[in-house]
Amino acid sequence: MMAGDPRLLLQSAPFLRRGITTPRLMTEVIIGMGPVILAAVYFFGISAIFVMLATTAGAAGAEWLLGPARPRGRTLKDGSAILTGIVLALCLPPGFPLWMAFLGGAAGICLGKLAFGGLGQNMFNPALVGRAFLQAAFPGAITTWSAQGDIGGFFTVRASNFAAPFMQATPDAVATATPLGLMKFEHQTTPLTDLLLGNTAGSLGETCAIVILLCGVVMAVRRAFDWRIPAAILLSVTVFSTVVWAFNTEKFPAPWAMLTSGGLLFGAVYMATDPVTSPVTPRGAWAFGAGIGVIVVLIRLWGGLPEGVMYAILLMNAATPLIERVTQPRPFGRGAIEHE
Amino acid sequence: MSSLPNRKSFRHGVHPLEHKEETEHLPLERMPFVGRYVLPLGQHIGAPCRAVVRAGEKVTRGQLIAEPGGFVSTSLHSPVTGRVVDVGPHRQGNGQLVPAIQIEADPYSSQQFRERDPVDPFAMGVDEFAASVQRAGLVGLGGAAFPSHVKYKLPEGKACERLVINGCECEPYLTCDHRVMVERPAEVVRGVSILAEKLGARGAWIGVEMNKPDGIDSLRAHLPAGSKITVAPLAVKYPQGAEKMLIKAVFNEEVPAGHLPLDIGVVVNNVATMACLTDWFDRGQPLIERALTVAGPGVDRPANLIVPIGTPIRDVLRHCGINRDTRQVVMGGPMMGMPLATLDAPVVKGTSGLLAFTDNMVNHPTEYACVRCGSCLEACGNFLNPSRLARLARAGRYEELEGAFVMDCMECGACTYTCPSSVPIVHLIRAAKLTIRQRKAKQG
Ligand code: SF4
Ligand code: SF4
Repeated sequence: MMAGDPRLLLQSAPFLRRGITTPRLMTEVIIGMGPVILAAVYFFGISAIFVMLATTAGAAGAEWLLGPARPRGRTLKDGSAILTGIVLALCLPPGFPLWMAFLGGAAGICLGKLAFGGLGQNMFNPALVGRAFLQAAFPGAITTWSAQGDIGGFFTVRASNFAAPFMQATPDAVATATPLGLMKFEHQTTPLTDLLLGNTAGSLGETCAIVILLCGVVMAVRRAFDWRIPAAILLSVTVFSTVVWAFNTEKFPAPWAMLTSGGLLFGAVYMATDPVTSPVTPRGAWAFGAGIGVIVVLIRLWGGLPEGVMYAILLMNAATPLIERVTQPRPFGRGAIEHE
Repeated sequence: MSSLPNRKSFRHGVHPLEHKEETEHLPLERMPFVGRYVLPLGQHIGAPCRAVVRAGEKVTRGQLIAEPGGFVSTSLHSPVTGRVVDVGPHRQGNGQLVPAIQIEADPYSSQQFRERDPVDPFAMGVDEFAASVQRAGLVGLGGAAFPSHVKYKLPEGKACERLVINGCECEPYLTCDHRVMVERPAEVVRGVSILAEKLGARGAWIGVEMNKPDGIDSLRAHLPAGSKITVAPLAVKYPQGAEKMLIKAVFNEEVPAGHLPLDIGVVVNNVATMACLTDWFDRGQPLIERALTVAGPGVDRPANLIVPIGTPIRDVLRHCGINRDTRQVVMGGPMMGMPLATLDAPVVKGTSGLLAFTDNMVNHPTEYACVRCGSCLEACGNFLNPSRLARLARAGRYEELEGAFVMDCMECGACTYTCPSSVPIVHLIRAAKLTIRQRKAKQG
């Protein structure tokens, strides 16, 4: 029997927690990306690892140095900067100069997140901001796609990776066109099996459709993200591109090619699902995803660029507050009319 | 009505670990009598009652010691035979001093309750019935402690068509209602029959979550043939015991926001209250004791106890072997209960549980920024946007909060429970609601 009373702690209810924390959610997404990372390394060799390390170092470094919290680096623990770095790397070409990659990671965090006030406040997906920054700063390097394994073995490092800062990066000798580039500018189709298995040129993480799809399904089941968003994107791309394709099967690419090529799957599963920059409301998530799908098809078919996933997501990021405002849930016991 | 008769529930909500295994099979046992009892005069919602005894006076178990202080107020009875030693301030669970009657038990008394002959509630008029229930000191035993007779006296123009009995016990850890259903089904069913009859309801539904199959079976076994009472098994989900969620689960109907269940012809009562109703009419025993669950890793012998109202919480916890690891004691359930500031506080009519939590359970993860994951929206049975409410509350934007229906929040805590960033959502909401009410009071 105790002598006195315990020193009682006063907190307010509830006294139980689900036990899933934000760092754990971020880790879950990073783990959920594991197979895609492995595929990237398998297809593109050690260069892939270098690019990933460079972007992650840039992102984490920026967060550590300029993050809002004291003591320094506390916000690193939420894991979001690391996630940003890896996602950014996966949408860069394998031969990308490392110093640019590093800069991209840092820019994504600074411009895309810290400028807005840190995690949770940012309007745009930081990885995409980094990517957009690189696209604007180094348009040449970022569209130089090399085919997989074209330069010897696994450990062969692409020369362009180590281009010195601010020198003109020399494109690899064997620059290859991506399936979307082929589709758009040369009206050439890539076989579906190649697209599914990742046997094409492209960014690190966006080539192997099957792996991304499987990871996406597993993560959706584990509730690592809002499954509505990728579902809505894929649905809207399918519907829209099928309609267009039905008009002229010669001129327009088939819906399955649309779905499996470029960064669509990667973007749908890993970038559009960033909770901070997508609507919190369930109905908003559907609208958000549908909007991305439509914009992707518009840009790919009629825009000046072969690929539109990045801009589609950024545009819908910007529309998120508006979408949220009109998709607030209907409170229990209140008719639709009462809801201002 | 729901199209899925066996998986009825409301929408949204959360599934906390139940932690009921510890106590759900432990039969109700009597807490031994202790030396001194403390009976706060305001242990129900509404006006406090007025003491009718003075220090020094002798009282017997079940004797009236305080009378209602108004219509929304109820009676209070001595839980023991003994002597009143003080009528004055005493510290209650939240640390505040409140007026209370203190009674010293007579160590030589057998503490037997002297039963009176049954009275026939069916022969009473409706008003007489309500007045009788007020004399019994009956309140809702689910935790809110709202005086029962107020619910039974239907206002002009309102009719109760359907009576709903809350046997959900959706709070983790608590199993005392479960035990009452298993061990006292006849009393529960009789209480429900009495009430349904007196309210003129066309039927009564006892909602029980499916994690209590033995409770469902025993109630069903005691339903008389052709009874108007239905036992409705419900899917297990928190906060199903909230009145409006329960009505949604049983009838698939929404009570309009800002209205009472009675506005759609429904009255909701707790299942243990029904057994007490029977005790009052059949044996004349007012509300002088109640069933509660003592659990959590801070006690060595978890139990379901029948405890005289007024027993100091320290005595109850000692009886159950409170150990040195206890860091926090919660009165009620872990989702909506109240942390105790002092163990001097007594068990009151609304005490459904005493939970002793240890270190590893009181250290909640650090707070991160809201990552807008949407979990809280999917947890909220009221379909609010808790993340937005928390943000507005932090910023002190009260007009916008009202526009976002903050006053609809039932403070169930499901949002805080589920938030991965540990944002103290419901805490912020509670504070904001209080401020809004105070501002209104000032203006009005
Ligand atoms: S659950 Fe927490 S982190 Fe997620 S949206 Fe709600 S408040 Fe934000
Ligand atoms: S906002 Fe209120 S009603 Fe909704 S989950 Fe949170 S506490 Fe419960």
